[in-house]
Amino acid sequence: MMRKIVLALAFSAVAFVAPASAEEGGGLLPAGTKVGNIASLQRGARLYFNYCSGCHSIKYQSYSRLADDLKLAPGEVLSNFAFTGAKIGDQIVSNMPADHAQEWFGKAPPDLSLEARAKGPDWIYTYLKSFYLDPSRPVGWNNTVFPGASMPNVLWELQGTQVAHYAPAKPGEEPAVEKLELSSKGKLSGEEFDAAARDITAFLQYVGEPAALKREAVGVWAILYLAFFTFLAWLLNNEYWKDVH
Amino acid sequence: MANVFTSIGNWVNERAPGMMPVYRKHMTEYYAPKNFNFWYYFGVLAMVVLVNQILTGIFLTMFYKPGAATAFDSVEYIMRDVDWGWLIRYMHSTGASMFFIVVYLHMFRGLMYGSYKKPRELVWLLGMFIFLALMAEAFMGYVLPWGNMSFWGAKVIISLFGAVPLIGDTLVQWIMGDYNPADATLNRFFALHVIALPLVLLLLVVLHIFALHEVGSNNPDGVEIKKKKDPATGKPLDGIPFHPYYTVHDIVGVGFFLTICAFIIFYQPTVGGWFLENDNFIPANPLVTPPEIKPVWYFTPFYGILRVIPDKGLGISAMFASIVLLFLLPWLDRGAVKSIRYRGLGYKVALGLFALTFLLLGSIGAGLTAEWIPKIFGASADVTSIEMHFGWLLVLMYFGYFIFLFGYTAFGYEKTKPVPERVTGGGH
Repeated sequence: MMRKIVLALAFSAVAFVAPASAEEGGGLLPAGTKVGNIASLQRGARLYFNYCSGCHSIKYQSYSRLADDLKLAPGEVLSNFAFTGAKIGDQIVSNMPADHAQEWFGKAPPDLSLEARAKGPDWIYTYLKSFYLDPSRPVGWNNTVFPGASMPNVLWELQGTQVAHYAPAKPGEEPAVEKLELSSKGKLSGEEFDAAARDITAFLQYVGEPAALKREAVGVWAILYLAFFTFLAWLLNNEYWKDVH
Repeated sequence: MANVFTSIGNWVNERAPGMMPVYRKHMTEYYAPKNFNFWYYFGVLAMVVLVNQILTGIFLTMFYKPGAATAFDSVEYIMRDVDWGWLIRYMHSTGASMFFIVVYLHMFRGLMYGSYKKPRELVWLLGMFIFLALMAEAFMGYVLPWGNMSFWGAKVIISLFGAVPLIGDTLVQWIMGDYNPADATLNRFFALHVIALPLVLLLLVVLHIFALHEVGSNNPDGVEIKKKKDPATGKPLDGIPFHPYYTVHDIVGVGFFLTICAFIIFYQPTVGGWFLENDNFIPANPLVTPPEIKPVWYFTPFYGILRVIPDKGLGISAMFASIVLLFLLPWLDRGAVKSIRYRGLGYKVALGLFALTFLLLGSIGAGLTAEWIPKIFGASADVTSIEMHFGWLLVLMYFGYFIFLFGYTAFGYEKTKPVPERVTGGGH
C-alpha cells in the first residue's frame, strides 16, 4: 500500500513538472503529414484505435463524422473501431475510468481531440518516435521529447525498443540523452515505423480540425473569386479615374 | 423600374428633406484630395473589418455559450458541428488581428503625413479613443474561448489593476467578480465584448468620420486643399468627390485586402500560432501555467515595456504613459510642416527609429528576443540580462521620440523644405 502511494505521488509530481521541460527539448522532426491524404488518415485511424483509443478519448469527434470524412462505411467504422459498444452517433470516448487511470498512471491520459493544435504535428510525430527504455521510470519507459512522460511506449511491438546513449554529464547536472539506438527490432522497419507514426500524427491533426478538409478544398474558389472581383473593380476604377487629371 | 426608385426617393424626401443633404455632404460632395496613395486605404479597411467583426460576431453568439463550464466546448462545437461555423470563427479571429494591422498602419500614416496636426486634432483624439476601445474589445474577446491562454492572459492583465494604490486588490476582485478569472468574469466580459464596447466603437467611428469631414482629409503632401478653390464653383481645385471616385478606388483596395484575408482564413488560420495561439487549444486550467504567458501579438509592444521594467508600478505607469503620449502628439509636435516629404531629416530618422522601436518592443513582448539572443551571443549568453538592457534602450527610444519631437520642433531646430501650393501627383 505504502509503495503504491509513493508511486502515485511520484507520478503526480512528474505530471506537473514535465510540461515545462518538454518545451526545452527542441529539435523536433518534421512530421511531413498531409491532412488531405485520406488513405493516410484511414491508416492512422486504424493504428489510433488499436494502440491509443483504449486510454485516450477524442471526445469532440463522433464516429459518424469519422465515417463521413474518412470515406468509410458506418458499419465498417463501428465493427473496426468501436470496441466500447458505442453507437454511430456517439463521441469517441475511451472506456478507461478516469479515477483508475489516475491511479495506474499517476495522471489520467489526456483527451487528444486538440493535441495536434496545442502541440503541433511535429511534436506528436517526434514524441511517438522518441521513447526509450529507462529502468529508473515506474513504467520502464522515458521519452526525450517529453522527459518523465507517464505513458509507456505502446507502439514498441511495431518500433522495437530503443535505448539511450548519454553525453558525458556536466558537473552538477544529469547526463543528457545524446541519441537513441534500436536495441531490439520490432515488426516494422525504420521507414515503415516512420510512416506509421506519420499516419497517426495525420489522423490526430485531422481530429484537431476536421474542417481542414473542407477549408482547403473551398479556399481556392474563394480566393479565385475575390481575385477576379478585385480585377473587375480595378477595371471599373480605371474607367472612373480617366477624368481625374 | 427607375420610376419606382424615383417615386420612393421622392416619397422619402418629402418626409425627411434633411437626408439627401447629409448623403451629399459625406459622399458626393465631400471633396477628398486627388493624391491619396497606398497609405490611405487603411481607414476604409478598418471599417470593413469592423463590419466583418460585427456580422461574424452575431453568428458566433448564436452558438457560443458563455460560462466557464461551457465556453470551450461551445467553441469546438462551432468549429466542428455548426455548418460553416469554422469559417465564421476564422473570419472573426483573423479579423481581430487584421483590425490591429490596419489600425497600426492607419496610425502610422497619421504620423507620416502629420494628419494629427491642426486642424485635425479632434480627429486624432477620437481615433485614439477608438484604439483604446479596440484594445479593450480585443482583450475581452480573447478571454471568451476560455482556453488556457485566455485564462492566464486575463489573470495577468487584470492583475495590473492591483498596482492602483490603496484599492488595488479590491479593484481586481471587483473586475473579476471572483478571486480568479472565473465564470463571473467570463460572463461580464461576454456582455462587454458583444454589446457595450461595440456600441462605443461604432459611436466613436461615426464621430471620427464626422470630425474628419468637418475639416477635410489630409494628404501625402500635407497641403490644405480648401485653400485653393475654383472661384466659379467654390470647389477645391485638388479635390474630387468622394463618391464615386474614392468609393471605386476603395473597392479595389478592399478586394485586394479580402483576397489576402481569404488566404489566411483558408490556408493559415492560426498563422503559426500568432493569430490563434497553440496554448489556447488547451482548456482553461487554473492549476497549470502555460510555459510562457504572453498576450497576442498586437499587445506585445506595450507588454514589452511592462516586461523590461522590473518594478511593477513603474512598468505599468510606463505602459500607460506610452499610450497617453500618443494622445498628446498634436501638441508635442510643434512643426508647421505636416508631411514627411517636406520635413527635416531629424524627423524622418526619428519616425523611422520610432517605428523600429515599436516592432522591437513587440518582439520582446512576444518572447522572440529570448530566442534570438542565444543565436547572436552564443548559448551561454545571459538572456534575461541582455534582454533587459536592450529593452531599457528601447523604452528610452520610445519615450525619446516624444521628447525629441517636442525639442526639435518647438525650438526651431527643424529645417524643412518648401511645401508646394498645390498637391503633387494624383489622378491617372
